[in-house]
Amino acid sequence: MKVIRDALVRGFRENPVLIMMIGLCPVLACSTSANDALGMGIAATFVLLCSNVLVSALRSLIPQEIRIPVFIVIIATFTTVVDYAMQAYAPALSESLGVFVPLIVVNCIILARAESFAYRNGIFASAADALGMGAGFTAAIVTVGLLREALGNGTVFGAALPVETPAVAMVLPPGAFLALGVVVTLVKYIEGKSGRRATVISNLPSACDACGMRAVCVPRAPGGGNAPVAAGAQSAGAGERS
Amino acid sequence: MNQHTPLTAIIVSSVFVNNIILMRFLGLCSFFGVSNRFSSATGMSAATLFVMLMATVATWAVYWLVLVPLNLVFLKIIVFILVISSLVQLVEMFLKRAAPALFNALGIYLPLITTNCAILAVTFLTVEYRFDLGRALLFAGSVGAGYTIAIVMFASVRERLELAPLPNAVKGYGIVFVTAGLMSLAFMGLTGLFGY
Repeated sequence: MKVIRDALVRGFRENPVLIMMIGLCPVLACSTSANDALGMGIAATFVLLCSNVLVSALRSLIPQEIRIPVFIVIIATFTTVVDYAMQAYAPALSESLGVFVPLIVVNCIILARAESFAYRNGIFASAADALGMGAGFTAAIVTVGLLREALGNGTVFGAALPVETPAVAMVLPPGAFLALGVVVTLVKYIEGKSGRRATVISNLPSACDACGMRAVCVPRAPGGGNAPVAAGAQSAGAGERS
Repeated sequence: MNQHTPLTAIIVSSVFVNNIILMRFLGLCSFFGVSNRFSSATGMSAATLFVMLMATVATWAVYWLVLVPLNLVFLKIIVFILVISSLVQLVEMFLKRAAPALFNALGIYLPLITTNCAILAVTFLTVEYRFDLGRALLFAGSVGAGYTIAIVMFASVRERLELAPLPNAVKGYGIVFVTAGLMSLAFMGLTGLFGY
């Protein structure tokens, strides 16, 4: 049980979206309502769970050199499953998430967890890690979704709030950036207040630092030479980054 | 959009009205990742435009000439991402041999593009809209141009932001997102341009 609890804590402390700044596209695009946000969170968590378990189960069979293509094929397989299942059982959700359902395949969080956790850990630990990270992702996207839906549409999960004139801009594209900016700022502010060392690095690491492809491209990537792999969650002290 | 959309509509819609970054939220990792310097922003956008055109042609051909006749459309996601990553590898090897100058300019950005969702999304949208090859190319080029405009403008803003005196909590990504939101608001003003 400790494994699960640690993974959950990690999902929030090292939140992939709000702290590591990866997987931003779906968070901005699929957060016009809390419902869509929840749907996207669950879909991504499902793909993450399945890919983590399979990568972990096959880790002794996957050669080091071609591991990234193998991960991508595994992730693409489960993304296809989710895409078709959603079209069949939740057509309205599938319609409103649109192209972002097949794009789960390039969600950096999933590749990053396969590369930095599942490839090096057992099946149970990898499943717990996927659930923790998935919960962190879902929490972040639902928070942004709730904020945008409440301010922009005057509803919460479809239930009306006593708001007379909602700020429509919040459900339009600019609102996504503004809402995420506010949430990220709040997280950083609370972190600063609570005395914990701020994990958000102010001089903006390159997005590559948190991405699963980093190992492949970084020797030649611009400006990403010396920052540590953000997702290196080998042990309990994984949050310690310079 | 579909295969009968007028060409001007494709251009206006994908460069401005449905700007890939500010309106459609695609390719954000690279948008926020390399926009801290003007030079890396231009390099990245040139590489993206280049790969976007190549990937669109390749996946268009694979989809309509292989997947559709063989009834394998459900393999689209897997096949497209494999086609794009092998294409990027090939382009890299070819450029290294044939055009070292171009390779030096674009080379470092190419591997980053393999998992760039903007590229993959353009290829999905192209087949979803059932574009013919000409329209597909025009669409990819316009989307790439929209990407370039957004990232270059944003990089110019960010170079100045570095020097702005800000509260600690807002520094870094907080202000970057809000800035992007304001730019997105500006682009929203173009909605309805020429009736598209």
